[in-house]
Amino acid sequence: MLAAVISLGSLGCFAAILLAMAARRFAVKVDPRQAALLDVLAGANCGACGYPGCSAYARALVAGTARPDLCRPGGPETLARIATILDIEVAPGEPQIAVVRCRGDRQQSRAKYDYQGLEDCRAAQKLAFGPKTCPGGCLGLGSCVQHCPFGALSINEQGLAEVDRDRCTGCGLCVSVCPRQVLALAPAGSHIHVQCNSPDAGRKVKNYCHVGCIGCRLCIKTAPECFVMEGFLAKVNYGHQKPTAMADAMERCPHHCIQDLAEPGEAAPHSPSVEERTS
Amino acid sequence: MIHLLLILVGAVLVNNFVLARFLGLCPFLGVSKKVETALGMGMAVTFVMVVASACTWLLQYLVLTPFDLEYLQTIAFILVIATLVQMVEMIVRKSSPVLYQSLGIFLPLITTNCAVLGLAVLNIQQGYSFVESLVFAFGAAAGFTLALVLYAGLRERLTLCPVPDAFRGTSIELITAGLLALAFMGFAGLVPG
Repeated sequence: MLAAVISLGSLGCFAAILLAMAARRFAVKVDPRQAALLDVLAGANCGACGYPGCSAYARALVAGTARPDLCRPGGPETLARIATILDIEVAPGEPQIAVVRCRGDRQQSRAKYDYQGLEDCRAAQKLAFGPKTCPGGCLGLGSCVQHCPFGALSINEQGLAEVDRDRCTGCGLCVSVCPRQVLALAPAGSHIHVQCNSPDAGRKVKNYCHVGCIGCRLCIKTAPECFVMEGFLAKVNYGHQKPTAMADAMERCPHHCIQDLAEPGEAAPHSPSVEERTS
Repeated sequence: MIHLLLILVGAVLVNNFVLARFLGLCPFLGVSKKVETALGMGMAVTFVMVVASACTWLLQYLVLTPFDLEYLQTIAFILVIATLVQMVEMIVRKSSPVLYQSLGIFLPLITTNCAVLGLAVLNIQQGYSFVESLVFAFGAAAGFTLALVLYAGLRERLTLCPVPDAFRGTSIELITAGLLALAFMGFAGLVPG
């Protein structure tokens, strides 16, 4: 009994002394700002800043090798607090949000073949460039859903990705994971978006689906400068928006691919499905 | 020499620590989401196992046996291993930040891991000499790493598979681990004795 107490006690003391000495001898100085920054960052370890986790980003911030505005989930609030800790001045950028640039659900778009394989858009894309005839349409297999660290994405019943505007932080992970760049970041303040991603000319797009942008330029005629053309695809010029003119353009878009995403309750004007048209 | 080789192969394949002895299941299930992290964990375990088996062997035969304190083996080994890992972490952090980046986060995870303690106890139970125990430790750690990396590779593919709802998550992971253990049963009888 006594031997046990003495031997274990001395072993413990020896270990403690050794550790105490080691702690002093091998002490590493850590900038106190690093811990403070880690508290301020969003803590989602989403990797949107390009660093592996929040602590790596905090370290890069202290070292001065990273820009302070990279924490997307944290938004302007976090940016302001980072600025106070690092004692620098920054101008907050506008928060962003992910937008699904496709409305071609199962009824509206034409399939190329019946895909049965890995439940992953990137795998499907590798098989003859995806099971949709449209080269830019949402495949709806949910790669973005799997990668969203905030649960802001879902695949709806019609096989299209949907963004929950309240949950989306604009981190952009889904944009980088989507093999077709269906998802894109847009300013969170703007509601009207062109929901099509097909780069092809009108005749081809009409073959792909009934809600694709055919490049008719009607929106540009209605609201000049609010829209721009990229090839045969209209895009919102987010730097130059006029709400009323854009609402007009939305009404006049023949394929209803310009949508106001702020009003989910108000469904788009009825466009007949594939079955209705062919019959 | 052949004797040492047999110990090594026996520890890596036949009596694999994870899949045959069922030691170290916690990191096996916890750190096996990515092959990359699994490799890092494997390296850290290898390092700690070899150093720990050397220290505990010395402790057993220089302190515990001469003073008839063998019954304190378990608690003394835990104490030594925990101290050792803590100290190694400090030293690595100071002397090699690059190594700390790759191994550092895994070190605290294996401080009081059952695989490490099991190895130390097995060394004594089998009556290994100092060199034999080092070889055994390296083999056990290599076997652990092998199992971890194989399992991580399986899990990476599993995330893309259409698994039935009832099997999603932990259940399919445990089934996979069981199948992997079954596969390793095929190595039984490779080393005589």
